[in-house]
Amino acid sequence: MKRFLLPLVIFLVMVGFLFIGLNLDPREVPSPLVGKPAPMFSLPRLDDPKQVFSPKDMLGKVWLFNVWASWCGACRDEHPILVELSKSGLVPVYGMDYKDTREEAQQWLQQGGNPYVATVMDVDGRVGIDYGVYGVPETYVIDKTGVIAYKQIGPVTYEALREKILPLVKKLQTQ
Amino acid sequence: MMPNIFVRLMLVCCLMQAVSTWAQEARPMENNAVAEVQVQRLSEQLRCLVCQNQTLADSHAELAQDLKQEIREMAAKGMSDQAIIDYLVARYGDFVRYRPPLKSTTVLLWLGPFALLLAGGVGLFMTLRRREKLAVDAPLNADEARKVSELLEMDKES
Repeated sequence: MKRFLLPLVIFLVMVGFLFIGLNLDPREVPSPLVGKPAPMFSLPRLDDPKQVFSPKDMLGKVWLFNVWASWCGACRDEHPILVELSKSGLVPVYGMDYKDTREEAQQWLQQGGNPYVATVMDVDGRVGIDYGVYGVPETYVIDKTGVIAYKQIGPVTYEALREKILPLVKKLQTQ
Repeated sequence: MMPNIFVRLMLVCCLMQAVSTWAQEARPMENNAVAEVQVQRLSEQLRCLVCQNQTLADSHAELAQDLKQEIREMAAKGMSDQAIIDYLVARYGDFVRYRPPLKSTTVLLWLGPFALLLAGGVGLFMTLRRREKLAVDAPLNADEARKVSELLEMDKES
């Protein structure tokens, strides 16, 4: 009996590891940017290319920075949630249209509603690289001092809002 | 019939060979040959985050192309390998490196295989020692001893 005990224990440990592995999402790579200042940029706005937006303008406020594109399928899933969030007025949402064309992006906002206070255009994806974007949609929670407090990889879901993003926003707003 | 198939196969192989010699490597965009070598070297060590099991060099994902372009520009500016890798790690984390650095969070990754090898070796050694003790000496009786020496003699003569 005893000789089977050790293999059994090893087997169970392996099963445990594999089981945990099954529930991990390999697409979620922890961002080294969390806890660091949001990279600076100055980009033209989607609605009016003559105006620029910079994260500097947002110092003193907690805000969400959502990277999206009209060609991105998962963005379609999160879009109504963002629209709802912006209507609630809990936190301002700013968008960055990643590697997209102005016409298609504007059409997208007309169709699905515009949850963004402002959207900037990152046509060549340079700012995206600075933000470590590798799969849109991605959403950053940025605090009053301009530091990235959280990064949501993949679409914003009701669950993520309820459990992570909104409690964090509330906490940061009181700071 | 058989040779026929063989000849045909040979012919097909020759034709395929010919096609592959027509294909050309994509031309590097930068004329700077030194920088291009550096780009190639780096993009073989860096991971494409879109298709995670490919290097930047292998990947055709748009992000990989963008990152290669970014690396190309940094290389053209004369930045060192380490500086370029640091630039990407600052944005995408250690995960972009195919060769993860040795630090507290990656000790298990680096030393785990050796620890397993060691554990296996110790296990094997102990099992062999135990079995050695279990083996009982079985002395030959007279008849068997004679047979053995006969066989050995035969072996010598042949």
